[in-house]
Amino acid sequence: MTKIETPGADLPLQQLERVVIRFAGDSGDGMQITGNQFTQTSALFGNDLATLPDFPAEIRAPAGTRPGVSGFQLQFSSKDIHTPGDEPDILVAMNPAALVVNLGDLKAGGTVVVNTGAFKANDLKKAKLDKNPLDDGTLDGYRVIPVDINARVLDALVDSPLKTKEKSRCKNFYTLGLMYWLYSRPLEPTITWLHEKFKKRPELVDANVIALKAGFNAGDIRELFQGQYEVPKTDELPAGTYRNMMGNDAIAMGLVAGAKMAGLTPVLGSYPITPASTILESLASYKHFGVVTMQMEDEIAAICAAIGASFSGSLGITSTSGPGMALKTEAMGLAISAEYPLVIINIQRAGPSTGMPTKVEQSDLLQAVFGRNGDAPVPVISCSRPSDAFQLTIDACRIAVQYMTPVILLSDNFIANGAEPWCLPDIESFKPFPVVFKTDPEGHQTFARNEKGARAWVKPGTPKMEFRIGGLEKDVEGNVSYDAANHQAMTNYRHNKVAAVAESIPTPELDGPDSGDLLILGWGSTVGILTQAVETAREDGVSVSRMHLTHIWPFPKGLDEIFSKFKAIMVPEMNMGQLTRILRGEMPQHNFIPFTKVTGQPFLTTEVVAKIKNVLEG
Amino acid sequence: MTDTATTTLTKKDFVSDQEVRWCPGCGDYAILAAMQKYMADSGADPANTVFVSGIGCSSRFPYYMNTYGFHTIHGRAPAVATGVKVANPDLSVWIVTGDGDALSIGGNHLAHILRRNLNVNILLFNNEIYGLTKGQYSPTSPVGTKKKSTPLGSVDRPFNPIAFALGCNATFVARSVDTDAKHLTRILAAADAHQGTSFIEILQNCVIFNKDFYNKVVDRSVRADMTVDLVPGEKIVYGADKDKGLRFTASGLDTCGVDDAEVWDPSTATVSQAFAIAQLDTDPDTPKPLGIFRAVDAQIYDESVHEQVQEAVSAKGEGKIEDLVYSGDCWTVG
Repeated sequence: MTKIETPGADLPLQQLERVVIRFAGDSGDGMQITGNQFTQTSALFGNDLATLPDFPAEIRAPAGTRPGVSGFQLQFSSKDIHTPGDEPDILVAMNPAALVVNLGDLKAGGTVVVNTGAFKANDLKKAKLDKNPLDDGTLDGYRVIPVDINARVLDALVDSPLKTKEKSRCKNFYTLGLMYWLYSRPLEPTITWLHEKFKKRPELVDANVIALKAGFNAGDIRELFQGQYEVPKTDELPAGTYRNMMGNDAIAMGLVAGAKMAGLTPVLGSYPITPASTILESLASYKHFGVVTMQMEDEIAAICAAIGASFSGSLGITSTSGPGMALKTEAMGLAISAEYPLVIINIQRAGPSTGMPTKVEQSDLLQAVFGRNGDAPVPVISCSRPSDAFQLTIDACRIAVQYMTPVILLSDNFIANGAEPWCLPDIESFKPFPVVFKTDPEGHQTFARNEKGARAWVKPGTPKMEFRIGGLEKDVEGNVSYDAANHQAMTNYRHNKVAAVAESIPTPELDGPDSGDLLILGWGSTVGILTQAVETAREDGVSVSRMHLTHIWPFPKGLDEIFSKFKAIMVPEMNMGQLTRILRGEMPQHNFIPFTKVTGQPFLTTEVVAKIKNVLEG
Repeated sequence: MTDTATTTLTKKDFVSDQEVRWCPGCGDYAILAAMQKYMADSGADPANTVFVSGIGCSSRFPYYMNTYGFHTIHGRAPAVATGVKVANPDLSVWIVTGDGDALSIGGNHLAHILRRNLNVNILLFNNEIYGLTKGQYSPTSPVGTKKKSTPLGSVDRPFNPIAFALGCNATFVARSVDTDAKHLTRILAAADAHQGTSFIEILQNCVIFNKDFYNKVVDRSVRADMTVDLVPGEKIVYGADKDKGLRFTASGLDTCGVDDAEVWDPSTATVSQAFAIAQLDTDPDTPKPLGIFRAVDAQIYDESVHEQVQEAVSAKGEGKIEDLVYSGDCWTVG
């Protein structure tokens, strides 16, 4: 290879407050790895950040085609930020399909780094392009940085023992190196990662490190750019120890912690499904924490095995996504009827049916709250971001064991695969909630209740406490009963028990004035966008308040009083207005205005700001 | 168990206080009585015993046993039992199911529990009919079964539960009859002793919707000639005078005299002999096989799950939440 050691001419170093970068390529080009590496390096460097991975459901869609394009967007900043950014400042396009699919999102006058080596006639054909967008005027108005990455990688790896095909696969690290130079990032975290990742194949470590450095040096030597940028580390994050966190990992950790705080063994029954599978995978790697995982034969078996584990006195857990929730419905009814703790995690994706498995949506809310046969209430909680998923998962475990009930914990694809810095909590600050199993047979009745409305938990193996339980309606003693008054009474008990959960959850804080013309009420992964939108609107002189729900069913106490001080309450959500329906049913006296979007993509800050102004201008 | 360890329990100690609600004359009564007696005679601990069932007439069984019991949802008892057993491998877990519950709606779970070899016992009450929904044909009903949902006769071929279990690589497979308490008790004991999933098909009379369907096989007048009992280590012989035998041939099975009859070994390396015998009754003139078709040792799911946890703890040390959260690439602000 050509060794490049002489630094190039001194180029100006310009400071930026924030940058939005999007990597886009073929689903086999390693764009998710590239994006994650840039994210991790920026996190360790000390930036605040937020990410938006956007990839197809197909593992390797036909190469070079538009459906096969995989993207990863991140915003990194020296200031506190809440979103991955509306519009990229810079787009890295590895092929023609990636360019044309993503160009429309790029900021006016933004920069395109384009891999010109992938714009041959055949490449254009795969992307269904008649003309070459590099020279047909498509890129007019953008700053274009053409680099033949395909050729540069092979040049850099001329001495590598790898075959040409394997050398070509290093092009994402060349690209990453180039971006590291442009934004003055250190190479070390990625080099360390490569050594760990390919520790059994040192030749791959060498090749990727060479490609990474070659890309970095190219930025330096070749004067591709007019200068270098720097996004200083942020001083706006509160003091603490941080790590970069994705939502599913935080949920997996929260389950281990929640079970520990309950004094129970966590037993997961699960079935692989996008985008929830990584919860199963993470928990399977936590066996030394005493975690038991069972990859079952289907979604139904997965929840049934979890219910069986709770019957035996463990904390049963099942993780899935929308279609899997549909399959688990009948079994949820069993856990509701028999009154067993169970944590059910739904990483929502776009529906209906198989829908768009890798895209984001919040359209399983009504399913979670109401979607079962019979009057079958369960508490429903929703994570908002990777950094609150740990604590909310622990709370789901708490509610499940304290109220002897299944709990549904919602998340979505944006939280699951998005990353942000997580200020690590002091574990000692969590109050444990140890389960006490009942062992005294004196006067025991299976469905006798405590002050929370919960029945006692008795495990098999306890002498003199043998009971029979199941999905048939029971009386207080636990005997099958078809008695009319008894069914009404048991239905009331189950309803009141779930309603009583409201006593144990906090009223969400208001962001902004406690009265006014407009309150923005959100839930789930829209939190960053809504925070940003409200801040932007206020900068424009608009008075607007904001609240975000994490505990959705039952609603926290105090909402009615808070809502009564606003003329209108706008409810933005990525569905056709599901929370609005629930709110109107529960609190019809308030003026709820739905704001919905179901494109499989998050809201843009600009859309929300425009809607706020539109509502206020009436 | 502490209190009763020194006391001998009797059958009535395993009888729950629930009124049994099966139809008078139902074969389930005999199976229940045999089970309650077996539990007492074998010294089972009611506190450590769990019956798990799905939905159907047979699945009411747990209510009548004075042990722990979980009456779950249709077809899913094997999946629930998997969680029960894995969460507490010390429990003695019995699954009670029927031909519809196990082989129709729950066919998937039955296949997988047998494949995994969870250390539980499965009792499949086969009456070749849906009872609780009032008499529709089931996945074990013969072709041509005329019932309410098949007025012109069923056209789908039935499952042979024994062949199904053998095909799933089950480690213990047996068949018995509700009315033969002695035989049934012997099979229950063998199943209980087996480590791994024990699968027992019990031919069971539905007196309302499929009365005496099995009489051409198990009626006292024909039973000796129309059934053959597979007893490990004994010759495969049948007939009132035990004068008929079976032997394996290159093409399968053949009848023979007692002298040439095969000594039955349910633990052979391959399942082919058991499979050949399981198919025997496809010919209405040959006897229906009962007894133990298969008994082999294999890796046990619940044990292996816990071994992995123990090995991980030994290798990495018992994990603490702090170590889990404060891991990976961390950085400090302020």
